[in-house]
Amino acid sequence: MSSLSRDDVAKLAGLARIEMSDEELVNLANEFTVILDAVARVQEVAGADVEATSHPLPLRNVFRPDAVVPSLTPEEALSGAPAQEEQRFRVPQILGEE
Amino acid sequence: MIRNNAADMAAKLVAGEITSVALTQAHLDRIAAVDTDVHAFLHIDTEGALAQAAAVDAKRAKGEKLSPLAGVPLALKDVMAQKGIPTTCGSKILEGWRPPYDSTVVANLKKNDIVILGKTNMDEFAMGSSTENSAYGPTHNPWDLTRIPGGSGGGSSAALAAFEAPLAIGTDTGGSIRQPAAVTGTVGVKPTYGGVSRYGLVAFSSSLDQAGPCARTVLDAALLHEAIAGHDPKDATSINAPVPQVVAAAKSGDVKGMKIGVVKELNGDGYQAGVRARFEESLELLAKAGAEIVEVSAPNFEYALAAYYLIAPSECSSNLARFDAMRYGLRVGDVDGASAESVMNLTREVGFGKEVKRRIILGTYALSSGYYDAYYGSAQKVRTLITQDFTKAFEKADVLVSPTCPTTAFKIGEKANDPLAMYLNDIATIPVNMAGIGGMSLPSGLADEDGLPVGFQIMSPVMKDERMYLVGAALEAALLSKWGAPLLDKAPIMGGGR
Repeated sequence: MSSLSRDDVAKLAGLARIEMSDEELVNLANEFTVILDAVARVQEVAGADVEATSHPLPLRNVFRPDAVVPSLTPEEALSGAPAQEEQRFRVPQILGEE
Repeated sequence: MIRNNAADMAAKLVAGEITSVALTQAHLDRIAAVDTDVHAFLHIDTEGALAQAAAVDAKRAKGEKLSPLAGVPLALKDVMAQKGIPTTCGSKILEGWRPPYDSTVVANLKKNDIVILGKTNMDEFAMGSSTENSAYGPTHNPWDLTRIPGGSGGGSSAALAAFEAPLAIGTDTGGSIRQPAAVTGTVGVKPTYGGVSRYGLVAFSSSLDQAGPCARTVLDAALLHEAIAGHDPKDATSINAPVPQVVAAAKSGDVKGMKIGVVKELNGDGYQAGVRARFEESLELLAKAGAEIVEVSAPNFEYALAAYYLIAPSECSSNLARFDAMRYGLRVGDVDGASAESVMNLTREVGFGKEVKRRIILGTYALSSGYYDAYYGSAQKVRTLITQDFTKAFEKADVLVSPTCPTTAFKIGEKANDPLAMYLNDIATIPVNMAGIGGMSLPSGLADEDGLPVGFQIMSPVMKDERMYLVGAALEAALLSKWGAPLLDKAPIMGGGR
């Protein structure tokens, strides 16, 4: 019933920012035909009258006092950085040339 | 010394019969002797553990008041941030990352002077039921090294069963504490959602993830539970209420008059004969101990697996977006002129394994416009129905029970290429996570057909965790008197003698 083509998976991989080989895309497309059929069963009982639950506990905002408390030093915060420069994370180019 | 329970080790430490340094060294020696075969650990912190042990011994020598588990060693699942110690989540994308802070669970362990031996293996980002999805190779089940130790917390369960540690920390999103416990003959508890802080637990599926204790006895699990549980302002979903009195419950084990509900839907077809036999036997023992066994029905549980494999991937596709190669972890393809987007794409291609990619893509699909209502939206409705089933069932029973998993440990490689078959392992454990209630697995014996451990699952309502400990302790005591010795005495001897 539900199925995804190689190109559908390629589009999803793009959205998820994962480079994928042609072989991976084709394999995933095949697997998804089976997996989607299995998970689509949720539609059998999900009637319009059933409320959705996103979380096991009622969520509410949690506030803390607006007080200064110790936090990570810049060195600690940058300790795992793949690249750094002038106490900042150095990242590849984000905007285009023009 | 290493075959003792944590509570006995703690008593010997208090009595001055042993030191924490000697106890820690004995476990480090055991790890050195058997972990080449078991591969429970990804990182062993010899220096840190011995330093922590020496510090506890010094405090004790000074007569300081110490916590009940002070000086007892523990194995930590590699999903928990520990300051300065490699934390990989079983993934290449975090190889070499050393967190600059402690998770709350680690902070609580340190506060209680529990000695952290090292980090245990797991399925990558806790996605899996066999530990085969670790980027660092599988863990082997000490009962049979050709079999899986469960997952995702297979490193923690194997470490307990191989006597490499008396205590361990696990995390449970769909069964990752309970299923590994079941297939290794150990005890694992998923507390009520919000009972133990998630701060510093690398998130997989935030509305389902819950850290909890792993041990070889119900009392040991209870002692560890109380050490790590409690309200934490750093976790917005942490419950601000007193910790359930689980140690007292584990010491009592009194189930007289308790109503134990057998979930009709979590048994029968698809469950191995030996699993069913051990389950029935446990029910008889609980009835003999004075509990009343009733049957309950949870008609929507049959949709739990499908809903889980939409909700968990959806949340993971969002949570794992943080691994973007910018601030920490692996970075690939950062050559002159490369865009941030291409670096992200290449890094995530190399850094994530097959199952993680599969779930990220599935989640991206389930959340995408046009499909959201049909998939993620419907799954959330099923979640409501499952919670309602539990509410109704708990009107008839104080706790609910089932086998923890449909089968005993399968062979490494047996299900690796069949994601749906792998997902079926979690059929009995997933409903608990969906509703955020408590769940425990403890050993109920060996299956006749293969001689491998079988788990018995106990489920308790939100913040009534003490009930599963009462029932667990009662069953454990009854089984122990039937067997005459702990189940793990039947496991193969490894590393040259006891």
